[in-house]
Amino acid sequence: MAEYQGIVHTRSREIMSAWYDRLAVAAANNTPSAYLMISGNCVEILRSFDIEPAFPEVNALQLAIRKQSLPLILKAEEMGYSSDNCAYVKADAGYTFDEHGGPSEGKVPIPKLIVCNFVGCNVYIKWFEHCAAFLDVPLVMIDVPFLRTDDRPTAGDLKYVVSQLQRLIQTCEKLTGKKFDIDKLREICAYSARAGRGWARAKALCKNIPTPFDAYFDSINMMGPINVLRGTKDAADFFDAAVKEYEELVAAKQGVIPNEKFRVVIEGPPPYPFYRQFRDLFSAWGAVAVQSTYSTVGGIWEWGFEHDPKHPLESIAELMLVQNLCNRSLLQRYAQIKRYVEEWKADALVIHSVKSCRLFSAGQGDMRDYFSNQLGVPTLLVESDLEDPRYYAQAMMKNRIDAFFESLEHRKLLRKADAK
Amino acid sequence: MIYAAGVDVGSTQTKAIVLDGSRAIVSRALILTGAQVSRAAERAFEEAVAAGKIPRGEVKYVVGTGYGRYKVKFGDAQITEISCHARGAHFMFPGTRTVIDIGGQDTKAIRVGTNGEVLDFAMNDKCAAGTGRFLTASAEVLDLPLEKIGAMALEGKDPVRLSTVCTVFVESDIMSYLAQGRMPPDILAGVCRAIAARTMSLLQRVGMEPEYSMTGGVARNVGMVKALEEKLKAHLNVSAESHFMGAIGAALFAIERAEAQNREVAPAKLSGWDDGLGEGK
Repeated sequence: MAEYQGIVHTRSREIMSAWYDRLAVAAANNTPSAYLMISGNCVEILRSFDIEPAFPEVNALQLAIRKQSLPLILKAEEMGYSSDNCAYVKADAGYTFDEHGGPSEGKVPIPKLIVCNFVGCNVYIKWFEHCAAFLDVPLVMIDVPFLRTDDRPTAGDLKYVVSQLQRLIQTCEKLTGKKFDIDKLREICAYSARAGRGWARAKALCKNIPTPFDAYFDSINMMGPINVLRGTKDAADFFDAAVKEYEELVAAKQGVIPNEKFRVVIEGPPPYPFYRQFRDLFSAWGAVAVQSTYSTVGGIWEWGFEHDPKHPLESIAELMLVQNLCNRSLLQRYAQIKRYVEEWKADALVIHSVKSCRLFSAGQGDMRDYFSNQLGVPTLLVESDLEDPRYYAQAMMKNRIDAFFESLEHRKLLRKADAK
Repeated sequence: MIYAAGVDVGSTQTKAIVLDGSRAIVSRALILTGAQVSRAAERAFEEAVAAGKIPRGEVKYVVGTGYGRYKVKFGDAQITEISCHARGAHFMFPGTRTVIDIGGQDTKAIRVGTNGEVLDFAMNDKCAAGTGRFLTASAEVLDLPLEKIGAMALEGKDPVRLSTVCTVFVESDIMSYLAQGRMPPDILAGVCRAIAARTMSLLQRVGMEPEYSMTGGVARNVGMVKALEEKLKAHLNVSAESHFMGAIGAALFAIERAEAQNREVAPAKLSGWDDGLGEGK
């Protein structure tokens, strides 16, 4: 399948590999590193203490995409984790206890600190509690209230999260022996803001026809830099380069696939163990994702949010509270997808439901009904898993996707015939 | 006369239909799919062609459908059974707006437009709960031939309430009812009701609109048809050809394409036939 393989892919790989190298160095030299979660994270604070962040979720998805997840999931199930448990958690638990496995790009260090910054999922809380218990590492649990108001956090919620960030700062001071430097944090937040602006601009470019990149499948090349490396000059420069390259593609009217026929919005994480096969099922029909909710699990920048160097803690708290998909309500997710469909000129919505994540998948049946039957947006719901290959059946997946695009194509031609 | 064929390679059975230019069914074949899927597709096609006494070369276009559609290697195109069942049902009953297709391992609800185009569909997940396999498993536990259980279910006056639609666990459920002294007609009526309830949830997902047509092998089970009609509170169109509906739909696409070829209409490269369906992906 023809696809874009430009500077974004190569540069993303380089800076992410450099991060893995830094983790390996941290492991070898016993320098501070910390576990963190992707969803609305406070990586800037760790960076201000030169604590290298490690993300068990990224670890899990890397294992899945390299087709190494199943033996680790089975190991976790042998340990007693239920088959219904989140497969990210099981792969990571299996990895933690597997002395010989692990991602090929480097060794993930045993952290000096575990920061649970997303409490919307009870299984995730248990995951980090288990990690802290297994590894005998101190745990900081940041209680982030679920978003109950429209789009702004309440003053009370903001204050509550900021006060917990201040406690995290005290913990980091004790851990590293360094005094907190607010100016350093402001500088880091300025880099975060620049990266966020670039990411938002790149996504806005997908409103063009043809779209310069696939906002689902290619977005993972940018989700690493925005969620993991945010706050670094590397990440900010990366997004400047990405925008430049995508603007050139837009100017040249060069799409990510040679014949863009269907523009879709995709909801839900990808089936990482079958990433390529899954992508090919769409490309075969000339279908490309112009927006995706998965790309906003770490943060939503496209509606104008930026880290504010003048108010670093407040803006970090805002990201944690409201500016990330995971902490928002299902109705807000509907509104987000509706905007995507309308503003990014999508023909259809595809929902990939994740078997081992009931938190994120619950309600997707209603979502399908809302978009398909109430808004008239053709919607396909398919199900497998983001990590566990046992839930993916290629023949069934292909059957559903083929039938969906057959029907879209059929209806497109009927509309064309009617117009004549 | 121009001929074309549809070959529906299902999980349990392979069906082939040959149509002529007047859209009349010339011949058909039905065989068990078995392990050699390509061979089953060939055999079904050969048997259908032989039954129609048509030289094979006269069949100008073949469309493969069903799970094994890519194993119809001699075919000219592949189209999913969702499009084919919709097309076949709409051909047989032009007022059809909702198709219920229950096959060996799949249950599908398909909403169709006035031209037989698929508007929406929903099907069971990676699990054969509430499909034809559920009926087969029930018949096996009761030691009854599959073709008899439909009529027997109609005799059930006090249907049992099954606790599961799982094809595996239904066996123990039925055994426990037998142990309680319940009779097979009541058990089978309960089995049909359980499948009907499961099917209703799929139908509700796509939005229910009459007329309803039932396709797939399970349409031959009269007990199942009745249970569905009770749930739907509406008449269910069932053709004597329901079992072959996927192959009929495929053959209808095939005959249109054969005619288009005769008119020397060049097909678009990637997809975009007159019928709007891609091919060979």
